[in-house]
Amino acid sequence: MSTTETTASGVGPVEGAPVHSADNPAPLIEAPRLRTKKTPKSTRGNFEMYGWLFMRLSGVVLVVLVLGHLLIQLVLDGGVSKIGFAFVAGRWASPFWQMWDLAMLWLAMLHGANGLRTVINDYAERADTRLWLKGLLYTATVFTILLGTLVIFTFDPNIR
Amino acid sequence: MATPVLDKADEAGRPEPGFADSPYITVTFRIRRFNPEVSAEATWEDFALEIDPKERVLDGLHKIKWDVDGTLTFRRSCAHGICGSDAMRINGKNRLACKTLIKDINPEKPITVEPIKGLTVLKDLVVDMEPFFQAYRDVMPFLITKDTNEPTRERFQTAEDRERFDDTTKCILCAACTSSCPVFWNDGQYFGPAAIVNAHRFIFDSRDDAGEQRLEILNDRDGVWRCRTTFNCTDACPRGIEVTKAIQEVKRALITRRF
Repeated sequence: MSTTETTASGVGPVEGAPVHSADNPAPLIEAPRLRTKKTPKSTRGNFEMYGWLFMRLSGVVLVVLVLGHLLIQLVLDGGVSKIGFAFVAGRWASPFWQMWDLAMLWLAMLHGANGLRTVINDYAERADTRLWLKGLLYTATVFTILLGTLVIFTFDPNIR
Repeated sequence: MATPVLDKADEAGRPEPGFADSPYITVTFRIRRFNPEVSAEATWEDFALEIDPKERVLDGLHKIKWDVDGTLTFRRSCAHGICGSDAMRINGKNRLACKTLIKDINPEKPITVEPIKGLTVLKDLVVDMEPFFQAYRDVMPFLITKDTNEPTRERFQTAEDRERFDDTTKCILCAACTSSCPVFWNDGQYFGPAAIVNAHRFIFDSRDDAGEQRLEILNDRDGVWRCRTTFNCTDACPRGIEVTKAIQEVKRALITRRF
């Protein structure tokens, strides 16, 4: 009835040889960033918001604490040459300087750790890399904070 | 090419290419080519064109596709900066090819044209926009009201209330901002500036009642808090939307809502 020539696939002759067919399909291009069922469930908490707020507030407080610390340690009363065991012992005899250093330790460590956490989230591409880097970060942070706190509260000026 | 009236004016006033006072100059277009059926690698290809520098990059791409190499693949629809189809990376910056004049981007050097980053390239300058539109759909970019009945009259709004979100109504969803965002480049899970801009458009609309829901969506781990205020989005926006400012306003709304 019809004289029109068609190939088995029903596609008429076109320029060049068809590269792909049903038996030899074109490569499927995966969309790697698509949100699929495998994508981690979103976390609808306020953690990120409090983290963001903490960075701003601790930053403001740290400006005072760190600049004050540097001024006392490096500039006033003869600069760095005065720093020694006796100088530290003298300062930590006062609860005010203990609290100052404790606040500085905790705020700086948490501020820095949270900053590095976001850097890891932004730059580490593989889930495994993220996990290990963050594990290392949290371990180092907890260790430093605990050790520093221990030293501030158990410092013994009569140690020999 | 143009209407007959213009053609007559051309004959009278404009010299042919090659003459001393010809407006045409030779411009090299260096285009990032990719065809997954030929090679897994993307390569640069140069095209030298005689073109009037007052024309746009899109005109150059048309000349290449229509007269030189028909396999060059790119998206464009309206060609006048409204549909948002032809966002691409031109000389390393995200722009609309139809709004970029050749004279404005130094035609002395080769003009590089690449697909926008952070989205899967399908062919040449065409990328898969699905992750981008998924984030857009996630923020519910439509009017939601408490009253379930069909309104019998227009929903009134004062000029001040309308002004509140005027800037973010200009978005044409071209993805220039989202694909210029380094946080989006990493894993594509961040909502991206465009989705937040379109959420902002409804969050601050006095007629809409679902602002709270949208804020909750953007309070996500991959929501507004991943914004690092690098201002790439504001620089990239071809509509001049203050994108970073809109994101900051959403952050502020989230915090003032809580405290």
